[in-house]
Amino acid sequence: MNEAVRFHFVVDGEDFTSAGQASVQVKKNLRKLGISPEIIRKISIAMYEGEINMVIHADGGEADVLVYEDRIEIILTDRGPGIANIDLAMQEGFSTAPDNVRSLGFGAGMGLPNMKRYTDDMKIESTLGEGTTITMTVKL
Amino acid sequence: MKISTIKELLDAEVLCGEENLDHEVYSACGSDMMSDVLAYVKDQAVLLTGLVNPQVVRTAEMMDMVCIVFVRSKTPTEEMIRLAEESGMVLLRSKKRMYEACGKLYACGLGVNGEVK
Ligand SMILES: Nc1ncnc2c1ncn2[C@@H]1O[C@H](COP(=O)(O)OP(=O)(O)OP(=O)(O)O)[C@@H](O)[C@H]1O
Ligand SMILES: [Mg+2]
Repeated sequence: MNEAVRFHFVVDGEDFTSAGQASVQVKKNLRKLGISPEIIRKISIAMYEGEINMVIHADGGEADVLVYEDRIEIILTDRGPGIANIDLAMQEGFSTAPDNVRSLGFGAGMGLPNMKRYTDDMKIESTLGEGTTITMTVKL
Repeated sequence: MKISTIKELLDAEVLCGEENLDHEVYSACGSDMMSDVLAYVKDQAVLLTGLVNPQVVRTAEMMDMVCIVFVRSKTPTEEMIRLAEESGMVLLRSKKRMYEACGKLYACGLGVNGEVK
């Protein structure tokens, strides 16, 4: 078994203007690895949605991207408030984002369903008051 | 349609990416809601928006877009221009409002699905 190529990022929750930096960097890294543009697009969109969520809903967190021979895994971990009802959060249009987030162009309740749509597998583990870990897999 | 044609039709200024004005684009979308761009847009190369923050540029980059038109004379920050330059994106600024800007491009053949009208 070959070792996975791993990228690790700390996502700053203080500063909305930097949100998305990790995803931009992952996109560049995957291009250098010669991953196909369609796969890169899926991963970019899914990770970007997840990264923005960590910033607006959870005060930041950490992101890991693991590139295996047959798949890419994105693991997003935060110590935010957790998600009370995951089934509800997965519904299109459900959002608890405050108005100031909406004025920044986010908060339509489309992120989680979009992450699911663009990946082959998505697992959400969340505990109220402790945080959320989202693991997404895209097959190569 | 060439990006240079978009510039002319919208009477727009080039804020960065001058060297890519010859690039051909086949479709566009207009939105101030980045959530919707991420969820509904597919293969559109141009984003028209009145929203100004760095996530506009990053969203466009994630969607592989090559040009952003800021309508209503909205002016991107230095940081946004730098981000766009790093990824070779063209930033344009037009005085026109969203409705007119989109209508004009649509009427001149820039569709939503890349189909040639
Ligand atoms: N990391 C997280 N920690 C805590 N709550 C979260 C997290 N991610 C999502 N949520 C909750 O799930 C809801 C739905 O998330 P989703 O990404 O679908 O929509 P949104 O972020 O509110 O808006 P959009 O993604 O369209 O900009 C959020 O409003 C929030 O309540
Ligand atoms: Mg979201």
